[in-house]
Amino acid sequence: MLYLKRVVVQAVGGLHGYISLQWQAKERQWRIKTMTRTNNKPACTAQSGSSGSGPPDLVLRLSGRWSLAEQRPALSEVVAEVDASGHKTLRFDVDALQSWDTGLLIFVRSCQDWAEAQGLICELADLPEGVQNMVSLSREVPKNRNMPEKQVRDWLSGVGEHSIGMFDGLMRYFTFTGELVLDLFAFLTGRAQMRRKDCLFILQNTGAMAVPIVALLSFLTGLIIAFIGVIQLQKFAADIYVADLVGLAMTRELAAVMAGVIMAGRTGAAFAAQIGSMQVNEEVDALTTFGISPMQFLVLPRVIAMVLMMPLLCVCANLVGILGGMVVAVGIADVTLVQYINQIDSAVSTTDFAVGVFKSAVFGVIIAMAGCYRGLYCGKDAASVGLAATSAVVTAITWIVIADAVFAVLFHILGI
Amino acid sequence: MEPSTEKISVKDLSMAYGDFVVMRSLNFSVKRGEVKVIMGGSGCGKSTLLKHMIGLERSSSGEIFYDGELFRPDATAGDAFCRRFGVLFQGGALWTSMTVAENIALPLESYTRLRASEIREVVEFKLSLVGLAGFGHRYPSELSGGMRKRAGLARAIALDPQILFFDEPSAGLDPLSSRRLDDLILELRAALGATVVVVTHELASIFAIADSALFLDAETKSALCDGNPNDLIDDPTVDSKVRNFLKRGELDQATAPAIK
Repeated sequence: MLYLKRVVVQAVGGLHGYISLQWQAKERQWRIKTMTRTNNKPACTAQSGSSGSGPPDLVLRLSGRWSLAEQRPALSEVVAEVDASGHKTLRFDVDALQSWDTGLLIFVRSCQDWAEAQGLICELADLPEGVQNMVSLSREVPKNRNMPEKQVRDWLSGVGEHSIGMFDGLMRYFTFTGELVLDLFAFLTGRAQMRRKDCLFILQNTGAMAVPIVALLSFLTGLIIAFIGVIQLQKFAADIYVADLVGLAMTRELAAVMAGVIMAGRTGAAFAAQIGSMQVNEEVDALTTFGISPMQFLVLPRVIAMVLMMPLLCVCANLVGILGGMVVAVGIADVTLVQYINQIDSAVSTTDFAVGVFKSAVFGVIIAMAGCYRGLYCGKDAASVGLAATSAVVTAITWIVIADAVFAVLFHILGI
Repeated sequence: MEPSTEKISVKDLSMAYGDFVVMRSLNFSVKRGEVKVIMGGSGCGKSTLLKHMIGLERSSSGEIFYDGELFRPDATAGDAFCRRFGVLFQGGALWTSMTVAENIALPLESYTRLRASEIREVVEFKLSLVGLAGFGHRYPSELSGGMRKRAGLARAIALDPQILFFDEPSAGLDPLSSRRLDDLILELRAALGATVVVVTHELASIFAIADSALFLDAETKSALCDGNPNDLIDDPTVDSKVRNFLKRGELDQATAPAIK
């Protein structure tokens, strides 16, 4: 019996001991956890400290990790209930400070500003040396107060300024065109400064290298027109006239316009980006200082190359477009190969062909001028090169369409 | 040497562009808190070495360790590993379509969770460190070359990096600005406790800031020596090429016959 009692007592005692041990351990863990949590968190308390004789110092007690990654208290919260009038000096107590980075530095700086506003002397000597160095370094050069004032304008002056800007732009464009014409004369009389090699390289780039894409798109255009035409014409059993449709549409209009749009996107944008980045790198300025005209050296070869190559591309587009129409005509309409060719021959006159080729040369000038103009008047940063390329394409395509419309009216009046 | 004092160690690093070998099996280390200068003649591969160290170029062989940890540029792009680096590029390399303040704010916005007002405060502080307080609203194109460089430095220290890399910090600066930048590098090193790697061939800077200097030689495609430049210059055991470099070619002039 006694034995049993002892066992029970021991068991109860052991259990109690185990439980209390566990409990203590848990409590300790919890205490450590909360301690570290409260200790790590950056905190700041303001209190009055004695400084021997005279008024007491205002002491800011910093603790925890003062890093940007932590949520740091703002100075306005810390000093919300502080009466600064009884103090003369602001000091820091960093015994509990664990680590710091820019987070503490900006806090100390705001303390300095606050102390100055309150008429206190801000004493940094207690702070870590790195903090003192960085803060004093940041105060070395006074803030630049020379800010450009934001001018608020009424809408009328805005409109006026915009109009003047547009007028200036227009004048600049006229100057550019005039200079180009003079440089063309210089070229024709053999006085232009440009390198043969550049010229040939640009010719190759704008001509031969563009043939595949122009051919592909023209072929598909011819195909589409023929297809739409055949479906309509078959209703009248007039399949053969698909040749007239394709032939006239391609030679008079589409070959030139298609080639123009493709070249605007392909080459016009490239011109603007090339010359624009040369402008950013001050390469254009370097040309000017050597007395080499950027107009003659950069713009002229590009304009000449486009004027020479666009008609050739247009001829190529004509040929391939008519070929595309032929595939549809022979394939799905009741037209033989010989019939198609004969019909094209009778429908398309040399004048029609010449009109298209002439227009393409004009489009070439438009594309080259738009690209070079945007490039030359490009700004000095990366974004403006992109802007120059974009607006070169938009300008070129807009002017191509406008010029095409003018030509349509003109040729109608002239009876061509 | 205690391993923990080594911040960066480069082991057997070979650099090449295609078949063209720039440097063969480089071995050196940078101690914590030290200013290491990589010097050498123009075109010897100083900047290439820097680009390898920050992961912009891939080495043909060899390894780079940071704090004993292998640097794998492909695996660590953009994570905490790379945030240890602050890089000042030769021309500043500020993003021209943003204001100076936005340039410095971008890394803070990308890598910290600060409120907009805090970011403004940090940006203004970093700018004041490099003496550009109040210039935040300007665009890089509205700054002078020296200011652009200092703004680039403010951006490099935006995230409190442990290692600062400088590519030709004094290139294109007048002697006074260049001196100020050198002082700034030393002050930032002292204040941040950062390790600094500088690529330069400016002798004045080398003697002013270097704790140790690595000399790269284009002919032998290797590092000729590694040590404090003030000791190297008068040490007869050091390769004469290095001493000649540090003395601006005076050794050559002394031995070569006078030009008539």
